[in-house]
Amino acid sequence: MELTVGERRWSIFGGVTALAVIAGFCAAALAALLLFDGAAAGSIFDAYTLKVLRFTLWQALLSTLFSVLLGAPVALALARRPVFPGRVWVLRLLAVPMGLPVLIGALGLLGIWGRQGIANDFLAGLGLSQPVSVYGLFGILLAHVFFNMPLAARLLLIGLERIPSEYWRVSASLGMSSFSVFRFVERPVILGLLPGVAGLIFMLCATSFTLVLVLGGGPSATTLEVAIFQALRFDFDPPRAVALCLMQLLMAGALLAVMARFPAPADHGVTHGGTVRRFDGWHVSSRLYDGGVIVLAVLFTALPLMAVAVAGLAAHPWTLVAGAAFRRAAITSFSIAVFAATLALMLAVAMIRARQVVGLWPVFSSALGGAGSLVLVVSPLILGTGWFLILRPFGDVARFAPFLVVVINALMALPFVLRVLEPAFAVHAARSGRLAASLGIMGFNRLRLVDLPVLWRPLATGFSFAMALSLGDLGAVALFGSDDLVTLPYLIYSRMGSYRTTEADGFALILGLVCLALTVIGTLNAREVSHEK
Amino acid sequence: MKSDTAITLSNVRLALGSARFSFDGTLPGGQITAVVGPSGSGKSTLLNLVAGFEKPDAGRILIGAEDVTAWHPSQRPVSLVFQDNNLFAHLDLASNVGLGISPSLRLSASEKVAVDEALQRVGLEGFGKRLPATLSGGERQRAAFARALVRRKPVLLLDEPFAALDPELRVAMRALLKELHAETGNTVLIVTHDPDEVQRTADHVLTLRHGEIVATGAVDWS
Repeated sequence: MELTVGERRWSIFGGVTALAVIAGFCAAALAALLLFDGAAAGSIFDAYTLKVLRFTLWQALLSTLFSVLLGAPVALALARRPVFPGRVWVLRLLAVPMGLPVLIGALGLLGIWGRQGIANDFLAGLGLSQPVSVYGLFGILLAHVFFNMPLAARLLLIGLERIPSEYWRVSASLGMSSFSVFRFVERPVILGLLPGVAGLIFMLCATSFTLVLVLGGGPSATTLEVAIFQALRFDFDPPRAVALCLMQLLMAGALLAVMARFPAPADHGVTHGGTVRRFDGWHVSSRLYDGGVIVLAVLFTALPLMAVAVAGLAAHPWTLVAGAAFRRAAITSFSIAVFAATLALMLAVAMIRARQVVGLWPVFSSALGGAGSLVLVVSPLILGTGWFLILRPFGDVARFAPFLVVVINALMALPFVLRVLEPAFAVHAARSGRLAASLGIMGFNRLRLVDLPVLWRPLATGFSFAMALSLGDLGAVALFGSDDLVTLPYLIYSRMGSYRTTEADGFALILGLVCLALTVIGTLNAREVSHEK
Repeated sequence: MKSDTAITLSNVRLALGSARFSFDGTLPGGQITAVVGPSGSGKSTLLNLVAGFEKPDAGRILIGAEDVTAWHPSQRPVSLVFQDNNLFAHLDLASNVGLGISPSLRLSASEKVAVDEALQRVGLEGFGKRLPATLSGGERQRAAFARALVRRKPVLLLDEPFAALDPELRVAMRALLKELHAETGNTVLIVTHDPDEVQRTADHVLTLRHGEIVATGAVDWS
């Protein structure tokens, strides 16, 4: 980019500052964990830690298996039906779990599959006397499949829709059966995408916190993340928490190292249905099969969402909104979300601008790139535990909690914000950098006349994604939540624990709608951006 | 002229979005007919109608004496070669050609021999185990011709088959097309933008404009 010396200096200064904030915050937490005295390091490999690790990996493996095995038929059916009324709504529905706070998804699943849920009513109607318990491994798998089956289906569908149109003509002209089409055309595409998709889902399930916290069944069904939380919050056993943190670091680092070898799945929305034409699957049997698969996937995804809506409306949300508890939690949540989103945006912009300037200095550039994905290894609970240890000598940790939650949420949002902003900034710089420089537009005028009119859209998109993420997050706040720091997810979680589930349902509906609205705003914005290109 | 593989479009009408097509005419059997016209005039749509990828809103399509209007693409006596992506990228050449004989790739020993012979005929002897990505564009199109050969269908539809090749290769591929045509006596429809290609390959030319056939006639071999 063509910048004046002063602008260059500021960009580099900003990048260095952002890098220092991120690396400093994470490094301090890690140092606190590693330097923690006591027998922590010795108990990394003790029986309990290993048992938790084993369960963490086992449930992640099963969750990935079921998500992919159920997602692939959905993707195949949707790919074979590129045109049917409501198809775009099915695709939008499949995108909802991604934008939904996990806690709310868990509530919806309880509404369908829990003790009082319609699934058990149905089974009881069939003569089953004992209700199926949703807590434990079954519940964890169910929840992970609820969130990741649609993800697998969407990512595989994108791949299937990229198959050259000639392939469908050739296979129709050659008279291939459905099975031959699967064998020669669809299966190779799916197998090619599988490592990336399965790796992503495995990583998400292995580091999942909220779902396991809500649906896990005691010490036998707990993951490393939840075990860290329990060690710190319930047992007040910092050495154990530190040991679990170190194990989690080892696991996440190893997983990331393995995943880096596979191509990352690309997610650029699947809305161009109708441009693909398929000439197979015109038999009644395959129409019925595709229809059945799509209907089942829709029911599986939509029923828990409807359960949230029905239970939430029954709780009279408009009276809950007036309550003092809700107002306080809402104000806390929104303040944290606004600060976290602002911080994430500032860090991201500083890093991107510095990267544009220092393109010729690869070490710094890749350090900036690596910092963005640091949070994938250093989970919110690890950061929280580390900072808990640092701040403990200074008195009540709860006093610092809001700052910690803001920074942790901002770091969690950073990879998403970077992914939105980086291409937009690159296009903008390539398009207007030289022109603005040759006209001598710089400083505040450049910002006002050249940059903001174009970049406000991606900035708004990043801001709304970051806010939705922070609003729905329970991981960071769970460690530090107290009577003085109650966010909306924390309020819902504590109401669920104290058997005031009606209120939990009402709050969940409100929070879900807000997060969904923010995600929709972000997505619509992003689409405008890609149209402009 | 072999009338048994002539292609007849009888008052065929089709609306695709805002585009309207209306084709009426007969393409001579056993000859190479070039389909020419500006972009959007309906050249590919005409091919799609004959291949069965588009169903007319009204009218009939006949191949020989057979009314194929309602037939699925797999039932029509037609082979296809597109500009690109004719071969499945993950299957070797022998499998790609073999699919022309059996769509589930269950081949008898004699059919495997037929595949090898077809590859040999188009100048790809010994290429059976190669993947499409390891071949040049011209070699991939040769393999697509080999598959059309083993299918033994009376009609061959070509949608700008040589457009992606450089001029020298085009000349060689046209020669191959003419040779294969002379051996099989099939009815060939070739969509092209290249006047030279019309002059040197086609017996007959069909000109389209605004979704209609505006001229037909024999090519002047001067």
